[in-house]
Amino acid sequence: MFDRQKIEEIAKERERWEKTTLPNWIKQCPERQKEFKNHSGMTIKGLYTPEDIKEMDYMRDLGFPGEYPFTRGLHATMYRGRLWTMRMFAGYGTAEDTNKRFKYLLSEGETGLSTAFDYPTIMGYDSDHPIARGEVGVCGVAISSLQDMEVLFDGIPLDKVTTSMTINGPATVLLAMYIAVGDKQGVPREKLGGTTQNDNLKEFFAQKLCIFPPQPSLKLSVDIIEYCARHLPKWNPISISGYHIREAGATAVQELAFTLYDGIAYVEETLKRGLKVDDFAPRLSFFFASHNDFFEEIAKFRAARRLWARIMKERFHAKNPRSMWMRMHVQTSGCTLTAQQPLNNIVRTTIQALAAVLGGTQSLHTNSFDEALCLPTEESVRVALRTQQIIAYESGVANTVDPLAGSYYVEALTNEMEEKAMEYIQKIDDMGGVIPAIEKGFFQREIADSAYRYQREIEEKKRIIVGVNKYAIEGEEIPVKLLRVDPSVEKKQVERLQKLRRKRDNRKVKEVLEKLHYAAEKDENLMPTIIEAVKAYATLGEIMDVLRKVYGEYKELIII
Amino acid sequence: MQSERKIRVLIAKPGLDSHDRGAKVVARALRDAGMEVIYTGLRQTPEQIVETALQEDVDVIGLSILSGAHMALFPRIMELLKEKGLTDVLVFAGGIIPEEDIPELKKIGIKEVFGPGTSTETIIKYVLENAPKRR
Repeated sequence: MFDRQKIEEIAKERERWEKTTLPNWIKQCPERQKEFKNHSGMTIKGLYTPEDIKEMDYMRDLGFPGEYPFTRGLHATMYRGRLWTMRMFAGYGTAEDTNKRFKYLLSEGETGLSTAFDYPTIMGYDSDHPIARGEVGVCGVAISSLQDMEVLFDGIPLDKVTTSMTINGPATVLLAMYIAVGDKQGVPREKLGGTTQNDNLKEFFAQKLCIFPPQPSLKLSVDIIEYCARHLPKWNPISISGYHIREAGATAVQELAFTLYDGIAYVEETLKRGLKVDDFAPRLSFFFASHNDFFEEIAKFRAARRLWARIMKERFHAKNPRSMWMRMHVQTSGCTLTAQQPLNNIVRTTIQALAAVLGGTQSLHTNSFDEALCLPTEESVRVALRTQQIIAYESGVANTVDPLAGSYYVEALTNEMEEKAMEYIQKIDDMGGVIPAIEKGFFQREIADSAYRYQREIEEKKRIIVGVNKYAIEGEEIPVKLLRVDPSVEKKQVERLQKLRRKRDNRKVKEVLEKLHYAAEKDENLMPTIIEAVKAYATLGEIMDVLRKVYGEYKELIII
Repeated sequence: MQSERKIRVLIAKPGLDSHDRGAKVVARALRDAGMEVIYTGLRQTPEQIVETALQEDVDVIGLSILSGAHMALFPRIMELLKEKGLTDVLVFAGGIIPEEDIPELKKIGIKEVFGPGTSTETIIKYVLENAPKRR
């Protein structure tokens, strides 16, 4: 980006500065640490100059927003045209409770719904399964059948909102239910917009909500990708997720590399279904965390976009620029929230959200300050949403596209992120891909090591967490109001489910479940049969049990 | 002469949640501190946990839960421990457990509850000082 002669001049001047000006300052005011590092372990220099990005080529590495390689953003006008989608994750109690929360969020100016399911639903069990005891409606909404889904979206026209569903193992079933609700509302399927997380691969080493072994898990993810490519053109069939990888303890580079590699695996597997890359790649979406190190995160988002564009173009020969788009959702990092002095979390979340916006995200969830303690209250959720609105409307950062481009530091860091991620990608290629790497415990070990290192750094005070290992308040009383899920939720939910089992056409349910068993054994795309099953009010647990029988259950590989 | 037996600890995750970062970090820290640590993975039922405790002859059980189901699951675990005669086992817990639940948990025999932000050093010290003395 600079001519050679200028770089040489700058280099000479820098050397002079290092010999003359710098030593005097260091003598008066020594640097606070011997070394400064970011979370990924990269050494951060005291000063960046054009020398650090002298190999960069503007058109090759940055380009213009809305054009390859999309480093500067997917859209030419970015937030000048449209702000990011403020999408807050919500869900608790019964479908009625969450329906109320959805309506509240919509009335507060939220523009997209995001559904949290409870653990039994996530693991594919009905609310009345013995293993569900104590968990029904606690960490999300309980959905056991189409009946619950009808209540969840009651009075919410599905052609007017977009809905994100955080569901993986049973994603086929929940998407089938959503389609069925749309059918009932008379909304054409091509108008249904939203996202199913449906990223089963990361479950094996990050979120660990695995139901089936890796191969059938991948198959189910791809069933949705294929089905949507053919029938649900506005649906994002998958949200390839780094968030959980990061939360499990990975560094920013590991998050970036492992997520993109999962993306590669989904593309490869979907191509085997006879689709062309440009038939489905435009609808693939991504999900990242935004952690505390501000510039590291911004660099990560920018590198992610560029790297994905290059992978799609060079590795998969995509032609449609949209296939090269990395559309991303970002959530501020839950694991950075502290139980101590919880109001400090508002500040952390603000910094993280700002990084996501400066990194060019398409949508954003901001955590509430009380989430290290409990489910957020209405008030804390409002503050979190207002944080985004203040960034959007008051800070001025949304007024120009990719404002940090050209910063010597940010560009150098973006380049380093991409390089380091490529090294991992090469390594996983050499291992034979994602599934062999999972089976060897590669990701699990990498992440566990990083998590442990991070904790050691906190304990050795190499990493300061304000209010925890510095500026802690002795004997602090934590004044957070706790939102508790009423224990009657479980009872109500179980009663509703059992009533449904009595009044539905049980012969039809049996028939359609047998049909599903057959389709699974034949390795067909299961979406059409599952839609049929949910419409007959077969329950989530019943459908998943059929698949458990065919595929078997995953046994965790334990690595500490 | 037989050397003194190492403290045996079971780190267990009851409930359906899969947040194992903390449990694993604690397991590793206790192991690095010289204890024998058994970690049995996610989603263990109270029955499985108590069975493992019995089979492995542990001195200490650390329960980690972040799903909010502690009030449903911990009492069951404590009950089963009593049934099996494992009353001298030191049981502590960690995760997202609201302050106001702690008195009730202590009443049923959970000796300590560690919240988010607790250092592994604190936990190691606690276990060393409180593990039942056996040979």
